[in-house]
Amino acid sequence: MSEAAVSHYLTEFDRFKNNRLSDWLPKQRADALEYLQSNGFPTRKREKWKYTDVSPITRRKFTLGPATPEAVDGGFIDTLRFSGLDCHDLVFINGGFSENLSRAGNLPDEVTARSLASVKSENPALPERFLTGPGEEIDHAFTALNIVFLNDGALIHIPDGTQVPAPIHVIYATDKNTESIMSHPRNLIVLGRQARATIIETYAGGEDTEYFTNSRTQILCQDSAQLDYYKIQQEGHRAFHIGNTKIRQQRNSRIDCHSLSLGGSLARSDIDVELDEPGAEINLNGLYLANNRQHIDNHTLIEHKQPHTVSNEHYRGVMGGRARAVFNGKVIVHEQAQKTQAHQSNANLLLSGNAEVDTKPELEIYADDVKCSHGATVGRLDENMLFYLRTRALDKDTAKSLLIYAFADEVIRNIKLPELRKRLEYNVVGELPDTDLIKGFMK
Amino acid sequence: MLTIENLQVSVEKKQILKGLSLAVQAGEVHAIMGPNGSGKSTLANVLAGREGYEVTSGIIKYDDQDIFDLAPEERARKGIFLAFQYPVEIPGVNNIYLLKAAVNAVRVHRGEPELDAVDFLKIVREKMQLVKMDESLLNRSVNEGFSGGEKKRNEIFQMAVLEPRLAILDETDSGLDIDALKIVAEGVNTLRNENRAIVLVTHYQRLLEYIVPDQVHVLSDGRIIKSGDRGLAIELEEKGYDWIKQEARAA
Ligand SMILES: Nc1ncnc2c1ncn2[C@@H]1O[C@H](COP(=O)(O)OP(=O)(O)OP(=O)(O)O)[C@@H](O)[C@H]1O
Ligand SMILES: [Mg+2]
Repeated sequence: MSEAAVSHYLTEFDRFKNNRLSDWLPKQRADALEYLQSNGFPTRKREKWKYTDVSPITRRKFTLGPATPEAVDGGFIDTLRFSGLDCHDLVFINGGFSENLSRAGNLPDEVTARSLASVKSENPALPERFLTGPGEEIDHAFTALNIVFLNDGALIHIPDGTQVPAPIHVIYATDKNTESIMSHPRNLIVLGRQARATIIETYAGGEDTEYFTNSRTQILCQDSAQLDYYKIQQEGHRAFHIGNTKIRQQRNSRIDCHSLSLGGSLARSDIDVELDEPGAEINLNGLYLANNRQHIDNHTLIEHKQPHTVSNEHYRGVMGGRARAVFNGKVIVHEQAQKTQAHQSNANLLLSGNAEVDTKPELEIYADDVKCSHGATVGRLDENMLFYLRTRALDKDTAKSLLIYAFADEVIRNIKLPELRKRLEYNVVGELPDTDLIKGFMK
Repeated sequence: MLTIENLQVSVEKKQILKGLSLAVQAGEVHAIMGPNGSGKSTLANVLAGREGYEVTSGIIKYDDQDIFDLAPEERARKGIFLAFQYPVEIPGVNNIYLLKAAVNAVRVHRGEPELDAVDFLKIVREKMQLVKMDESLLNRSVNEGFSGGEKKRNEIFQMAVLEPRLAILDETDSGLDIDALKIVAEGVNTLRNENRAIVLVTHYQRLLEYIVPDQVHVLSDGRIIKSGDRGLAIELEEKGYDWIKQEARAA
């Protein structure tokens, strides 16, 4: 199976070579192809893929789509924008940049927030520095594929001391009218010393088409930089999503990260964080909602490499129908990382007898003077709460949805930007049954 | 208004109510007393429609309608209110939004228009004063982190806003200080009128000094074994339950 898949992607690469920027970074691509050929796709025998079978992806023959903005109607993109918020929108269709659908926000002149391909054509040194440096390791066939098909994405560079008031919103949408499109978005995000920014990635596509998004993001925060980073995965319900975010943080930098996994029939999101210098701090919030036969996997890895580093991780999930979720949160406190604080929790709500979650917090501590905690819970809706709400005249479905919303809101309410928070609350509520009444409960 | 005849209820194969009968007319206040574990809260829960109880025989009629098939929310919309012995904490659900949703669900059921925010707040302010409820509790999650007394007061506040026709108060007086007790009593007395009925479950005759009941019942081992007026409550406080149990066994 895996060999057939590999040969399919090799054929696709030949097609890709004819018409796109495939001659860029030849060594990286050759290495990635080599990896793909010798390793194939991960199977459940590999520890990190134990609960996620990728054969629904490898069985299908996804192809590169036309990067034509006409393929997606502008109205659909408008539903993904944050109205009422002055954003800098970078819009990509089928993985290719769409000048027409993108909208420039109010950015300081020295900030770069553009299509990677266009930056490359003027000044390849900037992206190349990151695409050939650390953080580019190939973890598995999907990261390899992302390099093989590297074509476009967002390059965001906030120079030292620059604060960007407008959120930068990177939107990846897949064509609603064509089946079996794949895209391999690539984002490079660099915040210089004391830089500040809010960056949002949104992944979406048609509800009724099968497609595959295989994204990769690399983030570097230099000294005292502050980043609010959001990943909103709201792919269509027949879509496949594999996403990987690699974060490296330097001295006293701080990232507040929110990862929302709402869509996709099979979706996996990995976030790997390296706290490379003292004082680096990350707050990692996650929410996953899975229904019907959705399979949603979240893997996080946080490495405390130096003293006085801080991580707070809180993921919540709600699973209904025959859905299955996976949470694997690994925290490694290296030997020299004394005075580390690492707290992790994962709470899950199962709405049906057929829904499942596999949760695995993993703490590896090699330093002795640290404050660490972790915990995972799996529960069902509380009958006492349900009854209480119903005695207060709320019908059963509303009462249930309200409790689910309240559970999920523990994560969403940490979102600082009200426009964003509101939209995400609506996104979450939109997934719940009988929710008109609940809207009255939203701040 | 409420007629219960020969009610038998089991939970997980264990029989708890063993043939309970009770009739409460509109305009009346009935107190139910009885030893721990005798089935008082079970009765209150069954009246409010809680699932998980097996009613093996008997009738419950509210306004001459059999209510067995009604869901808790339908009963609530028809004017049945339960003040819980242990009000549950519901993190993330805003107290005042819940109350507004409740009020409007009841109004819609009655064919009345929903209250807008202004009218709703007017009622809220008025009732808040009535039960001297601290405003800061309004915008917190339902009962979350409330003290025991605050939880009870919140129940009475909800009752005051919802103006039910049949209110069942399960030990609302337990855990209240004297001042709070008087306030709760005042709340109940304000509600008292010829169209409403109130069932008070209590362990203490003290509450009945403030809310004088029409009848007092003793519930023991799943049955009402004696009924009387307020004098019965005073007698119980002096003598405990043993003498009535013996009397009942002898009969
Ligand atoms: N879900 C349940 N499962 C098993 N037993 C139950 C359940 N609910 C109630 N019971 C039992 O039924 C009996 C009556 O309980 P109930 O709560 O009605 O008593 P009560 O009269 O309200 O007591 P108290 O004065 O202590 O509040 C008790 O023995 C209790 O343990
Ligand atoms: Mg009780």
